[in-house]
Amino acid sequence: MFEAVAFYLFAFLTITMFYIAVTTSQALYALSSLAAGMIFISAFFFILGADFLGAVQIVVYSGAVMALYAFGMMFFDTTRDVKEKQGNKAIILGLSILSAILLIVIVSAPIVGNNIEALYPVGNAGNVQEVGKVLFTKYLVPFEVAAVMLLVAMVAGIVLAGKKMDLSLTLMTEAEILMMKEEDKNKKVLS
Amino acid sequence: MEMAYLIETVIKIVVILLIFSALAGIGTYFERKVLAFMQRRLGPMNVGPFGLLQVAADGVKLFTKEDIVPTNVVARVFKIAPVITAATAFMAAAAIPFLPSFTLFGYEVHPIVADVNIGILYILGIMGVGLYGPLLAGMASANKFSLLSAARGAAVFISYEVITGLSILAPIMMVGSLSLIDFNAYQAGGITSWILWSQPVAFVLFWIAAFAETGRTPFHLIANDHEIIDGFGTEYSGMRWGLFFIGEYANMFFISFVISIIFLGGYGDGSFLGALGLLGKVAFFFFFFLWTRAAWPDVRPDQLMWLCWKVLMPIAVLNILITAIVMM
Repeated sequence: MFEAVAFYLFAFLTITMFYIAVTTSQALYALSSLAAGMIFISAFFFILGADFLGAVQIVVYSGAVMALYAFGMMFFDTTRDVKEKQGNKAIILGLSILSAILLIVIVSAPIVGNNIEALYPVGNAGNVQEVGKVLFTKYLVPFEVAAVMLLVAMVAGIVLAGKKMDLSLTLMTEAEILMMKEEDKNKKVLS
Repeated sequence: MEMAYLIETVIKIVVILLIFSALAGIGTYFERKVLAFMQRRLGPMNVGPFGLLQVAADGVKLFTKEDIVPTNVVARVFKIAPVITAATAFMAAAAIPFLPSFTLFGYEVHPIVADVNIGILYILGIMGVGLYGPLLAGMASANKFSLLSAARGAAVFISYEVITGLSILAPIMMVGSLSLIDFNAYQAGGITSWILWSQPVAFVLFWIAAFAETGRTPFHLIANDHEIIDGFGTEYSGMRWGLFFIGEYANMFFISFVISIIFLGGYGDGSFLGALGLLGKVAFFFFFFLWTRAAWPDVRPDQLMWLCWKVLMPIAVLNILITAIVMM
């Protein structure tokens, strides 16, 4: 009984939050409800007994949405409404109906095919151990590929952000900063 | 059976909420007194004996003050931000075993709300979510100093979460579980079996990161002390501001519990003495938070980042590597 109550409560909350995230024109509402929705989704993992994935959902998505906040902070005044550019409404309507139908087809395909089978790859050794065993046996290759991709992204990030990393404006004197600015100006003129 | 479980859980939640809300209030009294004695002052003296009723006076003031919502703020987000701070602090407490299990009127009580087997991960994750409080408050306040403080707060929290996670990884590898109860059982053999002795580096790193996670003084960048205003809380008044306070102090207590259980043996073998020992350790860590506030100035943001990424993180990674090699 509790499971049903919890499921419907969190299903309602999640859908409401994501609905707000899509429809509002206030950036802070959108970001906050997105974060709340992501965290409410973790409740489903907890209901299903996948504690580890639930906690990871909270950790990963709270951090990820935090980065979105940072971008919002840098690019515009988040206390003002965003003026949205409304494109061709017919195209938007058509695309959303099409994607809704596609989603239903994708989700119902295995039900129609009648071959849904829950897989419990390892015995009940505890959540974390099970995830670890599956990751390092059955899904080893995707796991390693994901690791390499993250490494590439990290190196690329460092290269992009790493220009003038050895300079610290707080440790430089006023004259040195002025000189640096002059040099930058000259460079721009040359290039 | 299910009904009994439900009633038991609800009672536990209410008890924890009441105790730690009250402790947060009393914590402010302790903070003032300890700071005062360290600075050769008397601290609160006028309200009640030794100023003990100062807490009640503060509470009355906070509750009866007018709740001001300034003109240009994003009202809903502005109103909900303090609730997020307080609520996440208490949500994190769900996976902390506060005392060993004891028998009350022939009924065995486990003083932990939800014994999930990934306790530490859950606690750290929810404490990370707690950052949304200051962040949203700063962004919704329509005040540039609040916004600056929110930006600084986000940078500090995100950076130091890395340290928390990495430093705790080595003890987790030794224990082989993420449950705080397993951690306690691993160290049940007395002082010599504390993880502190085998993982001193991880202990110090986690302790340092705890100051950043709770936003306490050496890393107190979310309140702009050098700008002489209260950072993200500038536009808040009354009980909304009080909720931030309750969240911060509850977090301090909970992180003290976590440190004591992970590194200092927790409640040991579960005897009465062990339970007292756990409370003593928690009291010491809480006192240490106040001690550092009296003894240290705030560090600069760039020094903080330097410390995090160039000193603490390499040490944490080395610690994990060495632990792994020794364990193999």
